Amino acid sequence: MRSLEQLLMEHPFFAGLDDSTAAMLVGCAANEHFRPGEYLFHEGEPADRFFVLRRGRVALDVHVPGQAEHVIDTVDEGDVIGWSWLIPPYRWFFDARAVQDVSVVAFDATCLRGKCDEDPALGYAVMQRAAQVMYRRLQSARVRLLDLYGADRAS
Amino acid sequence: MPTAAPATADAWQPRPFRVSASRRETHDTVTIELESLDRHGLPFAPGQFTMVGPLGVGDVPISISGHPGRPQQLTHTIRDVGGVTTALCQASEGDVLAVRGPFGVGWRVPDGTGGDIVIVAGGVGLAPLRSAVIEVIAARQKYRRVSVLYGARTASDVLFAADLAAWASEDVQVAVTVDRASEAWTGRVGLVTELVSWATFDPARTLALVCGPEVMMRYVAGELTARGVPPERIRLSLERNMRCGVGLCGHCQLREYLICIDGPVLSLDAVRPLLGVREL
Repeated sequence: MRSLEQLLMEHPFFAGLDDSTAAMLVGCAANEHFRPGEYLFHEGEPADRFFVLRRGRVALDVHVPGQAEHVIDTVDEGDVIGWSWLIPPYRWFFDARAVQDVSVVAFDATCLRGKCDEDPALGYAVMQRAAQVMYRRLQSARVRLLDLYGADRAS
Repeated sequence: MPTAAPATADAWQPRPFRVSASRRETHDTVTIELESLDRHGLPFAPGQFTMVGPLGVGDVPISISGHPGRPQQLTHTIRDVGGVTTALCQASEGDVLAVRGPFGVGWRVPDGTGGDIVIVAGGVGLAPLRSAVIEVIAARQKYRRVSVLYGARTASDVLFAADLAAWASEDVQVAVTVDRASEAWTGRVGLVTELVSWATFDPARTLALVCGPEVMMRYVAGELTARGVPPERIRLSLERNMRCGVGLCGHCQLREYLICIDGPVLSLDAVRPLLGVREL
């Protein structure tokens, strides 16, 4: 069985981090599993964790009164979930629901923020990676605003 | 697979085809099967189009979405965007339509022999690529990894759902994503460009075929080139106002290209400077 440290080092989010940094991060991390339909977190709750998705798919939902849940994005293995843990007031903005059997490495956000504060190099490395995720998702959201597949083409 | 006949003087002569079947794909898109009344069939290459319409109503350019090995059966998948397309979507079994073509340059799928094939479609753009996927699967052993990446607006807008499932069982990586979904949807939600990041392929040995709204193709092409696919190995199907189909009327001109004869499939290195030009 692979150690938590190995799992982290194999994950794309942590690509390029050295062993000692990974060892430092492991102190804040734990393996968790979710079955389909279970929630990783709900909108408005404290964003006290950060999830590295190892397996499965997670839907980010928003509830609109009088309607079914809207899925605004999905996150698949190899990606990470949540950046609300990085930004005050540290509250989740959406619900996160397991669509398939999901395995994550869950970080204690307070612990991880503390390590980033203590070690600016680690903090910068984590922020760089988080910024890439934010950038990609922001671009995706902006382009989807264009309603790309509108009825502009007959065939 | 048959090679397509070049456009000739016959290209001006509409041929009568009878609707043998019609099926609704989505709320606004219909597939019609046609049989020629002159029994000569219509050999075509994937990516080519015909000018088709009800007699006396007019005609529109529609890509062929059927099996390239079955020229006796002409298949078109049409989104109802008004005018002639509404009439085509409403055509019933037994109705006779006028067809000219096939026209244009197709995907030239065999250029990908020995390498990976990445097919990226958005919305109704999967229709012109369906024939290419069929061609690839018919000669699956000639290609290494094959991916079909498809984006649609919602789950109910996904075209050829049964085909997508069948292709996945033919050693093809199939991934579908939608822009918006309810919780009943268990697939991906996101932009089709993200699927390009997900797919496994060797960029230097990849032939990429892309069809969808032009802005989507621009972003997908950007993602493919960022991964290292050479621009000359990225092919896009462009849609312009095709009328004559044989390069005479000029309605479909895109600067130096007449899309009806130089395209509709053109490589990225040829058209990249034009894709961002306003008014083109």
